[in-house]
Amino acid sequence: MSTTPVLEARGLTKRFPGVIANDSVDLTLNKGEILAMLGENGAGKTTLMNMLYGLYHPDEGEILVNGKAVKMDSPNDAIAAGIGMVHQHFMLIPVMTVAENIMLGVEETRGVLAKLPMLGRLNRRAAAVRIKELSKQYSLDLDPDDYIKDLPVGIQQRAEIIKALYRNADILILDEPTAVLTPQEADELFAIMHNLTKQGVSIIFITHKLKEVLKVADRIAVLRNGKMVGTALPADATQASLAEMMVGREVILQVDKSEATPGDVVLDVKDLVVKTNRGQIAVENVSFEVRAGEILGIAGVQGNGQSELAEGLTGLRPIESGHIQLSDRDSTHFLPRQVTEMGVAHIPEDREKHGLIMAYSIADNLVLNRYYQPPFAKGPVLNQEVIDQNGRELVAEYDVRTPSIYTTAGSLSGGNKQKVIVAREFSRPVKLLIANQPTRGVDVGSIEFIHNQIISQRDSGVAVLLVSAELDEILSLADRVAVMFDGRIVKTLPIAEATRERVGLLMAGSET
Amino acid sequence: MNFTDITFILQLTVATATPIALGSYAGLFSERSGVVNIAIEGMMLMAAMMGAFVSGYTQSLFWGVVAGMLSAAMMAAIHAVVSIRFKTDQIISGMVINLLAAGFTGHIYQIYLVPPRWPGSAGTFPELPIPFLKDIPFLGKILFQHQPIVYTMIILTFVIHYVLFYTPWGLRMRAVGEHPEAADTLGINVYFTRYANVIIGGMLAGLAGIWLSLEWVGTFNINMTGGRGYIALAALIFGRWTPFGAFGAALLFGLANAVQVYTQTLVPEIPAEFLQMMPYVLTIIVAAVRRPIPPAAVGQPYEKE
Repeated sequence: MSTTPVLEARGLTKRFPGVIANDSVDLTLNKGEILAMLGENGAGKTTLMNMLYGLYHPDEGEILVNGKAVKMDSPNDAIAAGIGMVHQHFMLIPVMTVAENIMLGVEETRGVLAKLPMLGRLNRRAAAVRIKELSKQYSLDLDPDDYIKDLPVGIQQRAEIIKALYRNADILILDEPTAVLTPQEADELFAIMHNLTKQGVSIIFITHKLKEVLKVADRIAVLRNGKMVGTALPADATQASLAEMMVGREVILQVDKSEATPGDVVLDVKDLVVKTNRGQIAVENVSFEVRAGEILGIAGVQGNGQSELAEGLTGLRPIESGHIQLSDRDSTHFLPRQVTEMGVAHIPEDREKHGLIMAYSIADNLVLNRYYQPPFAKGPVLNQEVIDQNGRELVAEYDVRTPSIYTTAGSLSGGNKQKVIVAREFSRPVKLLIANQPTRGVDVGSIEFIHNQIISQRDSGVAVLLVSAELDEILSLADRVAVMFDGRIVKTLPIAEATRERVGLLMAGSET
Repeated sequence: MNFTDITFILQLTVATATPIALGSYAGLFSERSGVVNIAIEGMMLMAAMMGAFVSGYTQSLFWGVVAGMLSAAMMAAIHAVVSIRFKTDQIISGMVINLLAAGFTGHIYQIYLVPPRWPGSAGTFPELPIPFLKDIPFLGKILFQHQPIVYTMIILTFVIHYVLFYTPWGLRMRAVGEHPEAADTLGINVYFTRYANVIIGGMLAGLAGIWLSLEWVGTFNINMTGGRGYIALAALIFGRWTPFGAFGAALLFGLANAVQVYTQTLVPEIPAEFLQMMPYVLTIIVAAVRRPIPPAAVGQPYEKE
């Protein structure tokens, strides 16, 4: 094995207006190793990778491939240097086939017009043959003729990996590849990764999941606030030590909670059917109940009807059939405002789209659920003084890090945005909390805070419906776990019986 | 109605479908690469005027065609710069181009295309019946007894189908219209792809406009496109952004138009407006029944970094 690293970054710096996203970052990747890149959201992982892939231009520093300095002006340069990237949000075109997606940009042509630039006939057969060879060599099962939109995410990810290998990449950057996978699919991916490194591919694996890092990495690099804070070997590290490196202080990973004491049924859902925007059935005959003082966790891989369920329950999406009973009232066809006024707090899945108005100030965002009521409004007129006072109090109480209450919501970090939503939703008496992916894309510190808030709401007698694709979150917070697959609740388990393996299998639809 | 009438109607259908088909191919290049184009009408109008203007003053149909296509390509280039470089709302940009074309062509018409300055029309393209094929009973007259732009349109249908679905150019164009980030990460120049296709589209819209002034009427009239650019857009949607689909839709609109011409002369009791309305009604019904799925990124400016 040669001692020259296959990829090396020296003093990479990238500034954006107002922030230093990467501050003199050094990085080395050796041949055939899996380097885990750990860091919180906003730590600069994606910026660093985008520089290595030629999407961003570093303000300072240099990138060396196999010991030679390379100028990365565009992804073309990175591809030429043998670097391939699998983005967190797949860069695949749903309406095209696997083969079309893979050959895009490096098409081979045939026929009489093959000499003309870009006007020869696409040689689909040659591409398919090559894809099949690669999929055999690296045990990545894949059919070149399938349309991307028909494939499960796990397979789409294979298409992404093959796309890089098709361009002869021997350095792979995987950006949060397990975020969309079930635990079993993630294990399959890890097997694929080991298979790749055995054949000489080197991998940078970006993640914020500590468990995975310890499981697959050969070496761990930690990024915090744009700076490389150090590297560690999995043998010497623990989840707690890595978390501390990531956050810069000790973090309590374990959620502290007492036994639930369920009271009366607050939310009773019977045979609920909800459709997607395209008119397909997303939620199929779902029934469950949530009692006061308990947390029902809805586990499932994204896109199995959880979003539509939460939207149906909060009045944002019409109910096709079935019943929703909120305490003593039939709320099946309630409007969102009626649902809110019944004492339902909602932490929506997409905080930027449905949780906040980005262009409004924090103070205004904090009264979106009550602005029309006294004391915030006198008849049709808003009382800005009261609204601002309310804003100041909540910002202090919920520890929202912001220069002022007049700052727009859009300029806050993910964690602080989420805190504004939590503050607004909990700032009035609540009977039921519907929390959909409450900590997605949120830093570890804010996760800790939000989890504690949810637990304390539960302890004060609020019924909580927690929807999350993060299995760890469900398992640490929920008192009962319902698993959704393909629009149905396939099983509801008490937390004591909800092991990772069992819930994982249920999420994949392979057990009932 | 007898056999000759039917042949006449169908021949007229193919001829009047020509600007609509060409207009929708213009839209196809633009929208498949991700740029909404409601400016087809304006580009057609500009080309119709420039075609008539230059052919009149040079007394050469050839230079009329060149000028017409170039002027429409320039309008397309403006639309491209405004939409791609300055990321303006593409509907607004298109609207502005339509208004600009209407005003500009009307103004030039009143100064240069009427006596005393106007040297007179250079005429229209001659009919070019294709030997042997024109003698095929029924079909020969419908398909092979036309003027040159009609044939060009028919050939282009096949060419565009090939380019769009069987070449790297088409693959990249569709990729950029569906998911520009994905194309970008594979080293495809999103901006170049969009500029090139919008401008190629402009040239096709130019050809559609030239059909009006140099193949159909022989001169320019104020607002002579009469909404054909918008019908072309409807044909594109109706045809689901595919060349053969758009061709079929254009034929349908052409048929409605031909039937209207026919009934106007032979059955004056049916109001012409009623038949003129049919293509639009048809578009609405079809759009409602078969929900069109446009390219995913159409209308969204691409922002790098």
